[in-house]
Amino acid sequence: MYKEVLRSIENIEIYPIISLLIFVLFFVGVFFWTIKMPKDHIDHMKSLPFEDEKLTEDQL
Amino acid sequence: MNDTTLERFQYDNKIVKYFGAATMIWGLVGMLVGLLAATQLFLPEANLGNPYTTFGRIRPLHTNAVIFAFVGNAIFAGVYYSMPRLLKAPMWNKTLSWFHFWGWQLIILAAAITLPLGLTTSKEYAELEWPIDIAIALVWVAFGANMIGTLIKRRERHMYVAIWFYLASFITVAVLHIFNSLALPVSFFKSYSAYAGVQDALVQWWYGHNAVAFFLTTPFLGLMYYFLPKAANRPVYSYKLSIVHFWSLIFIYMWAGPHHLLYTALPEWAQVLGTVFSIMLIAPSWGGMVNGLLTLRGAWDKVRTEPVLKFMVVAVTAYGMATFEGPMLSLKNVNAIAHYTDWIVAHVHIGGLGWNGFLTFGMLYWMWPRLWKTNLYSTKLANTHFWMGTLGIIFYALPMYVAALTQFLMLREFDDSGRLAYGNFLQTVVELVPMYMLRAFGGLLYLSGAILMVYNMVKTAKQGVFQATEEDQAPALKSNYESKGEFWHRAWERKPVFFTILATIAILIGGVVEIVPTILVKSNVPTISSVKPYTPLELEGRDLYIKNGCVGCHSQMIRPFRFETERYGEYSKAGEFVYDRPFLWGSKRTGPDLHRIGSKYPDSWHYYHMIDPTSMSPGSLMPPYPWMAENEMDYTDLPAKIRTLQKLGVPYPEGFDQIALEDLESQANKITQNLKEAGVEVMPNTEIVALIAYLQRLGTDIKVNSAK
Repeated sequence: MYKEVLRSIENIEIYPIISLLIFVLFFVGVFFWTIKMPKDHIDHMKSLPFEDEKLTEDQL
Repeated sequence: MNDTTLERFQYDNKIVKYFGAATMIWGLVGMLVGLLAATQLFLPEANLGNPYTTFGRIRPLHTNAVIFAFVGNAIFAGVYYSMPRLLKAPMWNKTLSWFHFWGWQLIILAAAITLPLGLTTSKEYAELEWPIDIAIALVWVAFGANMIGTLIKRRERHMYVAIWFYLASFITVAVLHIFNSLALPVSFFKSYSAYAGVQDALVQWWYGHNAVAFFLTTPFLGLMYYFLPKAANRPVYSYKLSIVHFWSLIFIYMWAGPHHLLYTALPEWAQVLGTVFSIMLIAPSWGGMVNGLLTLRGAWDKVRTEPVLKFMVVAVTAYGMATFEGPMLSLKNVNAIAHYTDWIVAHVHIGGLGWNGFLTFGMLYWMWPRLWKTNLYSTKLANTHFWMGTLGIIFYALPMYVAALTQFLMLREFDDSGRLAYGNFLQTVVELVPMYMLRAFGGLLYLSGAILMVYNMVKTAKQGVFQATEEDQAPALKSNYESKGEFWHRAWERKPVFFTILATIAILIGGVVEIVPTILVKSNVPTISSVKPYTPLELEGRDLYIKNGCVGCHSQMIRPFRFETERYGEYSKAGEFVYDRPFLWGSKRTGPDLHRIGSKYPDSWHYYHMIDPTSMSPGSLMPPYPWMAENEMDYTDLPAKIRTLQKLGVPYPEGFDQIALEDLESQANKITQNLKEAGVEVMPNTEIVALIAYLQRLGTDIKVNSAK
């Protein structure tokens, strides 16, 4: 069955368009999600590399 | 929260020290070999007069040493330092850490021995033969298991962005390595690729491109996200940007491989796909660069005084330049210039010397004094190193760009009568010699800088006391974590296994779209009925061509341009390569294309040319191969080779392995006879006879066709 599907790919114009769509949707999704991220979480994540310099109790 | 008890644990610095030292030692070795190779390009005598140190064999030694030994050990040093500290847990298993360390060094040693011996698959950055490939897979899995074990034992619930990059790199390199290395062994040191011709090329450049992505880029982005904020002493500019950056980068990168094969016999749809995704790659790549540079906002005054930050700023800038240049190179009209010329060499060295080299130096300068609890021995020396390195990059790259444009313009110039203005390829190469000298000087500067660093590091270590372990404490993770209403990505960041699976899916989509149709759809490679399998002697000659790394300077892929077809002959067709295991299209022309060299010159021309290239082409930069007229071949592996190829589907008649030697001898005798008539006495079982047989066969299949 998928051999048939692959053959139809030879109409290649559609191929990059599909790729572009997948990418754009994916990108928009990730973008939207990050916009909605809570600030305190971001701050916590940002500070992770510095935590070997101080204790972490207050972050839990 | 108050009743949480703190757990004490220790970070292992010894493994970091070992990986760091290995980085420096192999770095010097890799750069030195590179310098030797660069010197041979204007002084062929620098091959030291033997096959083991001749360009074709040391070029892969240089690339492997720099990529897998220098950059590889740097990655591991950085990961073994940052990961435990980010996760509040020592690396999971010390035995595994040391297995990883010694296993990796042994693999490098094996590469350093086998590549000069000519034991190679000739697939770029995957040259090592199958037993070493298996060892790489084992050690790589040990590295991954150690990371995942550490994640399971972690005391910090969320994974910092650096760790996502480490995980994605681990997964992807594993996938790439396995698929590209699929081959059927003939003997312990020889195998034939599971793919042939166009398919082999596509898989190889899917690998080659993504090896750059997931060995030279993503692990280093992880290191950047850890060490740059540490060195600047301020958090990353935008954590949100790092999320977008990560997911879009790993998602898009896998699609772009075919841009290495523009204008080749690769199907058009795959070329278009490669170009489109390469252009899109600018966005996430620059997202990473911007994030790195903006992390320094408000700390730019420190960049003036702190060598660590200087190195990192140039590294990130070089990353930005290389990732802008890359997509530009994937535009077909730019690619027409850059492909096969020194432009690509310049491009990869902006990435290698600038991004990988400088980030490694920055990381080592930052880490080393901390491991020995002291200060850097000499900031002045480090600054000198910085300037030598920076100038080295400039002296390396600029002449290469000039060389590329000069050569391209010369190659495509036609005179008034409609003929090529520079009909002999050599005329263009001779023009480039001064550029090659400047490039070698750039390399020498860069290497000298690195030697200064090693001296500085040894002195730093001597004045401090090595901290074999470092204490830290943190509360254990509570199992009843309240996750209600939790944000989705936040949830992923505390589920490493789920996160890894998602990353795997992201990388596989691009890979599958690219690879599956080419492998499955037969119509992608139109068959040509006159294309026949190689004769036994040609096959042995081809294996010699592979062994000596001829592909490092000669392509076998004529692009459909008038200035190429006028020079070399009919452009290459996909169907001509169906028996090529591996494909030998090449990626750089220091010499002319050889795809249509067959029957262009008499056998004796090839004989004299191999013994002393300048006798046939005055001024040639090709190294002489006089030993090929003396080295005798015993052909004991011939039946096994034939049987292996039959298993892979090459239509040799049944029982051919038994009569192959007869066939080989009769063809060898014919060539020897030809040579004798031209006044050359040579034994029929010498290497040169097999090589001539192969060269005379190249590209002739469709000539036969057109004659009919």
